[in-house]
Amino acid sequence: MNDQSGPTEADLAAIKSNYALTDDQRAILDHVGRVAREVLHPLQEKMDAEEYWPEDLFPKMGELGLLGLTAPVELGGSGQDEFTQALVTEVISKWNPAVGLSHGAHDNLCMNNLLRNGSDAQKAKYVPGLCAGTIVGALGLTEPGAGSDALGSMATTAVRDGDEYVLNGTKIFITNGPIADLVLVYAKTDKSKGAKGISAFLVETDNPGFKVAQKLDKMGFRGSPTGELVFTDCRIPAENIIGEENTGVSVVMSGLDLERAMVASICVGMSERALELALEYAQLREQFGKPIARFQMMQSKLAEIYVDVESARAMSHRALAACVGLPKGGGGRGEIHKLTAAACHYAAEAFNRAVTEACHIHGGSGYMQDTEINRLFRANKLLEIGAGTSEVRKIIIAEELLRG
Amino acid sequence: MSIPNEKPSHFVMPDQVALADQAYKFFHSEFFEMNAEMDDTDDLPASVFPTLGKMGYLGLNVPVEYGGAGLDFTSAGVITEELSRVSAAIGLSQVAHDNLCINNIYRNASEEMRRKYLPGLCDGSLIGALGLTEPGAGSDALGSMKTTARKDGDDYVLNGTKIFITNGPIADIVLVYAKTSPEKGAHGITAFIVETKTPGFKVAQKLNKMGFRGSPTGELVFNDCRVPAENIVGKLDGGVAVTMSGLDLERAIVCFNAMGISRRALEISIDYAKTRQQFGKPIASFQMVQAMLADMYTQIEVARTLAFRTAAMCEGMEEGAGGRGEIHKLTAAAIFQAAKATSFVLDKAVQIHGGSGYMRDTEVNRLYRTGRVLEVGVGTQEVRKLIIAGELLKNG
Repeated sequence: MNDQSGPTEADLAAIKSNYALTDDQRAILDHVGRVAREVLHPLQEKMDAEEYWPEDLFPKMGELGLLGLTAPVELGGSGQDEFTQALVTEVISKWNPAVGLSHGAHDNLCMNNLLRNGSDAQKAKYVPGLCAGTIVGALGLTEPGAGSDALGSMATTAVRDGDEYVLNGTKIFITNGPIADLVLVYAKTDKSKGAKGISAFLVETDNPGFKVAQKLDKMGFRGSPTGELVFTDCRIPAENIIGEENTGVSVVMSGLDLERAMVASICVGMSERALELALEYAQLREQFGKPIARFQMMQSKLAEIYVDVESARAMSHRALAACVGLPKGGGGRGEIHKLTAAACHYAAEAFNRAVTEACHIHGGSGYMQDTEINRLFRANKLLEIGAGTSEVRKIIIAEELLRG
Repeated sequence: MSIPNEKPSHFVMPDQVALADQAYKFFHSEFFEMNAEMDDTDDLPASVFPTLGKMGYLGLNVPVEYGGAGLDFTSAGVITEELSRVSAAIGLSQVAHDNLCINNIYRNASEEMRRKYLPGLCDGSLIGALGLTEPGAGSDALGSMKTTARKDGDDYVLNGTKIFITNGPIADIVLVYAKTSPEKGAHGITAFIVETKTPGFKVAQKLNKMGFRGSPTGELVFNDCRVPAENIVGKLDGGVAVTMSGLDLERAIVCFNAMGISRRALEISIDYAKTRQQFGKPIASFQMVQAMLADMYTQIEVARTLAFRTAAMCEGMEEGAGGRGEIHKLTAAAIFQAAKATSFVLDKAVQIHGGSGYMRDTEVNRLYRTGRVLEVGVGTQEVRKLIIAGELLKNG
């Protein structure tokens, strides 16, 4: 076709490129895919059976270039955007969901929040170690009494005392909590102001007022350590506050949008693996003298898993693309708030459907704890609950739809 | 209320947003008021096709030199979505004309046929349709096809019946599939352009549909209907390539009909939920209603995103390509998801509207009655799943 009569080759290429990865992204994913398959996948069994986290795994991930995806190169990172970071999360989660979860908590929840909101001095102090994996990061928001109502019901307090803040309170269900060196903690600096009286702090866990009260025993994602953290007169230097006092709400809200986009990627990676395992099993397993993949009822399940995987992937990529370049303090409202909530809501429910059917296709063997499909099945539910429950996600969407 | 079109993003380009806004405004001013009467009478006003043609909304993917708009496939999707958002029935008739008939002719017919028919089809003076389905050939459209075309001198003589043909009762041109070599099964099918004024062609009946009323659907009978041999589209016995690649594009475009309908249903549901008061406050303030709205939005945006991704993959698709591989699987997945989402969204839309949504003359009820067929036409949900599973299990 020529210019006058229809779209040019360049027009069509531009449309297609909206949905294609860049050469850089492909190169990163090839590398991460290989590492995840060769190094992380074999770790699954022991991690799940013993709730075991290999002590050298974070430094090893650092060496392999898996950490600090969004950190600038001069601080030891890869200088990529959140889209690329989430693609890495997707691939790691596909081959080892527990590592994907810990990686996400470290790289996105802790480090990316620090990068977006921290001071230059804070970044210079912590980011190189986080990128190398010699410092393990976590984020502490949820409390025993503050789940969906995370901000309103938050009971942890931080009181200014000279050049220090004194933290008291308890955080629960904290990914990486038991192994973290650095926790980004939210606490109320002004209880009278509700959500607008929250601040974010960097707490080093060798602080005498910090304690891991317990390591929690999860159904799935085993190996990724989850804990209850207690702060008892935990004194931290005043310069460890992130941003201004009482501005924690904007850190947490924009962070949560990015977190939800990342959670969608974890779900996509795991759903893709569930489809692969189901396809493999359906073609190998013979009943009534032929592979069960020949039966239409199995084909129907496989087709529906595929539709869910590809739908969730397209939507998560769209949401992630919208996250790139989100200004500091952006998010927590408007189109991006609604879109990330929807991507996460869909991807988590899609994973639930996909892994349930994939496990079903495996028959009795899928019910055995030591199969990969069963490990994946036990990873179900968490991502309909963490990073805002499905209900919270729907409240976000409805509020945005009904505005105006 | 109407929810404004998305800002340019990863999945829609800036000029496509402008195209959508412009199209929506025009369609709304020209067609929206026709909906009630179209639903009552099941007739398409004669002005619709010429109006679409005059404004450049026909022949969307046909180059300008044949009278078309010269747009990419994604832009055609954008326009289809906006038209369906305004009028589901006109959206359906437009797509049957533009994608099923015109695109198949442009992509597969001889230069002579293109020159002869495309200008009239693009300006709306000719109305197009496509005839594949038969009374005995639904999901097994190719295998069970009974319509035959027998060579006789310079002509082919067609005999058979086509059913559920959109635009059938008003079409001037029908692209018809018939068996030229019945012994060769699917590989003995040929596509023909049939002018409906040809003796031997008859509209046996106009069918009475539940939804999409106003878009006329018919049963077409060919009784020793003589068609010149030059009216063959593609190769003799090469109809399977035409139909299979055409069906992939059809599935890709119909996603946008579904999305236009779904988006409209969400818009009017939000409106209703905000204005309808019960227990002293708008029902939108109840969480159970909010959950429905949120799930509707999520289903729509997920299906839409997949539809746009699929449309991008259809750009520049070669003649005869499709019908297998990644594009076959992806288009089937996109329409499966779009149809499923639409059924879900329409069901919840009526639920939010309460008793009034059950009344036939409300907009939401008109929309509700369209939903079912999107899971049936262009390959049932089951056929779509067979396509996907077939591709997933290939080389396994």
